[in-house]
Amino acid sequence: MTGVTYSWDFSFLWIYRWLLLKGLGFTLLYTIGSILLGLLVGLLVGLLRLSRSWLVNLPLIAYIEAFRCTPLLVQIIWFYYAFPVLVGIDIPAAIAGMLVLTLYTGAFYAEIFRGGVISIERGQWDAAKAIGMRHAQVLHRVILPQAIKRMIPPFINQSIIQLKNTSLVSTIAVGDLLYQGQLITSATYRPLETYTTVACIYFVILFPMTLGAQVVERRLQRSD
Amino acid sequence: MTTAAAMIEVSDVWKAFGALQVLKGITLEVPRGSAVALIGPSGSGKSTLLRCINLLEVPERGRVRVGEHAIDCEHERLPADRELAAFRARTGMVFQLFNLFPHMTALENVSAGPRYVKKASPLAAKEQAMTLLDKVGLSDKAHVYPSHLSGGQRQRVAIARALAMNPEVILFDEVTSALDPELVGEVLDVIRTLAEEGMTMVLVTHEMAFAHEVATTVAFMSDGAIVEIGGPQQVLGEPNNARTQAFLARFHSFQRSFAGGS
Repeated sequence: MTGVTYSWDFSFLWIYRWLLLKGLGFTLLYTIGSILLGLLVGLLVGLLRLSRSWLVNLPLIAYIEAFRCTPLLVQIIWFYYAFPVLVGIDIPAAIAGMLVLTLYTGAFYAEIFRGGVISIERGQWDAAKAIGMRHAQVLHRVILPQAIKRMIPPFINQSIIQLKNTSLVSTIAVGDLLYQGQLITSATYRPLETYTTVACIYFVILFPMTLGAQVVERRLQRSD
Repeated sequence: MTTAAAMIEVSDVWKAFGALQVLKGITLEVPRGSAVALIGPSGSGKSTLLRCINLLEVPERGRVRVGEHAIDCEHERLPADRELAAFRARTGMVFQLFNLFPHMTALENVSAGPRYVKKASPLAAKEQAMTLLDKVGLSDKAHVYPSHLSGGQRQRVAIARALAMNPEVILFDEVTSALDPELVGEVLDVIRTLAEEGMTMVLVTHEMAFAHEVATTVAFMSDGAIVEIGGPQQVLGEPNNARTQAFLARFHSFQRSFAGGS
């Protein structure tokens, strides 16, 4: 019955505050980095996915579905351990982690982007073309300004999930928040306090963001 | 030949959507300053023909000329984006569902073409847009977004938007079909004024009375072909073709039932 009488003590974590902070720094770096790079990938892939050519679409669909339909954890491990064997180059864990997170979230962003564009009524294309706009102009002046509004809520959701996703890079020894938690645990044998603290840090960052997302979503709805 | 005088010339235009052959070798000439009304049952290809005239739909075969510019359509080759855009810029079109740009004010909708396509200065585009909004009776709504306009007002903005490109012709695609009955008149008034000013136009319409009044030529389409064409008095009043007669009988019986009921 020792579990019941477990005496909680968080005080030892104070010694490790800089380690946790460093971990948090890595987590934020991986989140922001993979969101920005993923946006680039998603924008490019999403735009190309609008093409009518099968030759263009087929490899892109393969990429998107490969990353959406396999677990991120498996992707990280595969890229770190299996991919180097295939191509014969060692990829440092830090780069493998960022690469996979980018490709993973990029696949989701691509679909958000494409979904936003194709959700705009056909008539908008007709009207813009009828006054002589070229394809790129239609996208720039008419479709994207409307589509971006519809993309923002799913984009925010995906990005919030992405912050949690970064914790999986700890499995290949990238020093993110969870990884530092593991280090602290193995040094102190106090997983309860450590992981509770780690969980709280994630929560403290993400909860205000989800509240913010709701505000943005409501404001977007009102402006329709 | 009347080709020299024709503003629009459609020659042997064919268009299919998948297995469905929608247009079966349409030939049509629209003289400068005239108004051609396309009537016929739904699915007869009227709207597709209209969309082929400004190449929103590219025919798989045939030739379309508007003013001095012609495009020959072959099965193998789609005209380039640049070529199509330049062609459409000279051909105005107004749609059944208005298709105003919801993120732009009435003024921005009207000035979008001149600004982004003709590269006019913002000031010049704005001034021209104000003049056109005034022409359609909406200068007081210049800074209002489409969502705050009535259907009739939206359609008048859409007409001003088409006019802003100084088109050689305007195509009207069932522009009053989505309007509440009490709003139809204000839109028809604007079109009537344009017709009186000598704008060349093609109208797909179910407003038989309006077609009778404004059109110089009425063409009845059925099953992807023009089966009867002539003056409004002849086609609407004394149609020769059995299918035209059957189609118009529905409208006449409506009119009779109204007359009988009142």
